[in-house]
Amino acid sequence: MLKKLLWISDQSMHARPAGKLVSKASEYKSEISLCSENTKADAKGLFSLMGLILKKGDKISLSVNGEDEQIAFKDIYELLVNENLVEKDTN
Amino acid sequence: MIILKGQGISEGVSFGTIFVNNFKEPNFENCKINDINIEIERYKQAEKFTLEYTNSLYEKMLKTVGKEEAEIFKSHEMMIRDKDFRNSIITFIKIQSFSAEKAILETSKKFKKFFSDMPDPYMKARALDIVDISKCMINYLTGNTNFYNSKDKTQKKILASKDFTPSEISLLSKDNLKGFLFSEGSLYSHSAILLRVMKIPGIICLKNQLTKELNGKYAVFDGSTGEVYVNPEDMVLNFFKNKKLDQKKSNIFLEQFKGKESISIDGKKVGLFCNMNNPNEIDQVLKSDGEGIGLLRSEFIYLNRDDYPSEETQYDIYKNILEKMNNKEVTIRTMDIGSDKKTSYFDLPFEHNPAMGYRGIRVCLDNLKLFKTQLRAIYKASVYGNVSIMFPMITCISEVKKIKKIISDIKIELLNEKIPFSKNIKIGVMIETPAAVMVSDEIAKEVDFFSIGTNDLTQYTLAVDRQNSKVGDMFDTHNKAVLRMIKIAIENAHKNNIKVCICGESASDESFLETYLALGVDKLSMSPPFILKMRKKILSTNVEKVKNKILSNI
Repeated sequence: MLKKLLWISDQSMHARPAGKLVSKASEYKSEISLCSENTKADAKGLFSLMGLILKKGDKISLSVNGEDEQIAFKDIYELLVNENLVEKDTN
Repeated sequence: MIILKGQGISEGVSFGTIFVNNFKEPNFENCKINDINIEIERYKQAEKFTLEYTNSLYEKMLKTVGKEEAEIFKSHEMMIRDKDFRNSIITFIKIQSFSAEKAILETSKKFKKFFSDMPDPYMKARALDIVDISKCMINYLTGNTNFYNSKDKTQKKILASKDFTPSEISLLSKDNLKGFLFSEGSLYSHSAILLRVMKIPGIICLKNQLTKELNGKYAVFDGSTGEVYVNPEDMVLNFFKNKKLDQKKSNIFLEQFKGKESISIDGKKVGLFCNMNNPNEIDQVLKSDGEGIGLLRSEFIYLNRDDYPSEETQYDIYKNILEKMNNKEVTIRTMDIGSDKKTSYFDLPFEHNPAMGYRGIRVCLDNLKLFKTQLRAIYKASVYGNVSIMFPMITCISEVKKIKKIISDIKIELLNEKIPFSKNIKIGVMIETPAAVMVSDEIAKEVDFFSIGTNDLTQYTLAVDRQNSKVGDMFDTHNKAVLRMIKIAIENAHKNNIKVCICGESASDESFLETYLALGVDKLSMSPPFILKMRKKILSTNVEKVKNKILSNI
């Protein structure tokens, strides 16, 4: 299982970026989830993602678990950064 | 035969079957089901239908409006396909033995609550999306699909409802829709404007005359008089058939004025321009034979969105319009949003009197980033055509000076960034407040043109809220006080060698034409379908002959 801690850069998960995330996540067999402090969301479920109540600077963790986790993790992370949902990890 | 009387908002005669769009929350309490698998299959059919329907709206918006607006329907599609949403419906059917429609209804209630309980106003607004998709599925299951079923192109339909939003109107197919009846509504709403542009007849304010018993009944109505005849007698039917024929003839008659100059008998030239509310009206504008766009209301860029439109997004929109207009003049009015126009991301607090509140240039000068984004996008797109910019709700000279400073800053920024822009952009202001009229001598020295918004100028001059039915009758642009306002503004403009355009509803009203020409108006800007009618009127008007009499009465 791959896991990474990320910082929310903008705001709550709006329908459009969340939709893109669902489409992308659904391409992989792995289980993909995003966890905020008190909620766990399935990245393949739109309403689940929109239910993460987030604000700028919140921590969330991305976990990917399954046979194609390497490529899934890379792609999902890139999408989160490109959609400006999380801060790019500069380390 | 039953006769209903309302207020006509878009002229033309319409025949068809009335469809009352009266969605009440259905009651499925006593729905017994026999077979769980059948219910699941029914739900799957409803889902399939709704997905197809949503996708057809997406395609339509993509073609007619743009990618941004179309995306709304992509997110609806994702909601319909959502795992949790699907699971909830199937669980209700399997565990509680609910019928498909009840399972969808209960699920939609659950998700509606989920969103309305969220603190973020954007998320709260998503509850309406849930209503939209579940309504479509339930309508399919209960056989109430007449509103959505676009396959039946043969039956002529008249839609009746409390009110229709502009987006609903632009979504509804034009082919089989012959008209709209509203129990509420306003003459000046954007829905009304849209109907006029699309040449679909409509009547508002039918109040409680519009009952669900009218559903399925045949009717004929006249959008100019506001009368609806349900189950019309033969005589009435024939009368309106002839009237419609005459209208067609008169439209063909008007075609002969295409390509002609708009010039009065005594040689006074008048520019005829189009008002445009959103890009899907561009074909109408091009067909209308107007000289350009005299008022491009830029609010469509901001409404029906999730977030602030970026400079890039706006640039693409302006560029597209300018290219299509092929060097004809396009006058963009900067954002005129107040608390009466709701956007989810741009949260303007409720106001008791939005007409006199935080709106138009007041919002822009207070949110410089928002304002500069729009101006930069216009300047960047300016190389693709002939663009002018005007500013709404001006009341004093200091606002004009602030705007000019911002524009000169933007020009310097663009020069530094080596981004090209047109050097000939004209800057103008809307004259729509009595304050602007009273200092129009000073403002005229600072700008390149005036555009008089007669609707607002009338409302502010006469202190009459045109939406208020108690005083609405007093709303009269012919009122001497309003005409004097217009006269002062025009005199001050001409003293400073700048031109004046009239861009309110009255610009397409023939009864104002002689007065406006006598006052020296240079341009008129109106809904595209009125251009030829007004040209015909101009060609038969002798201004010199009536001028003195008209001016002596103002």
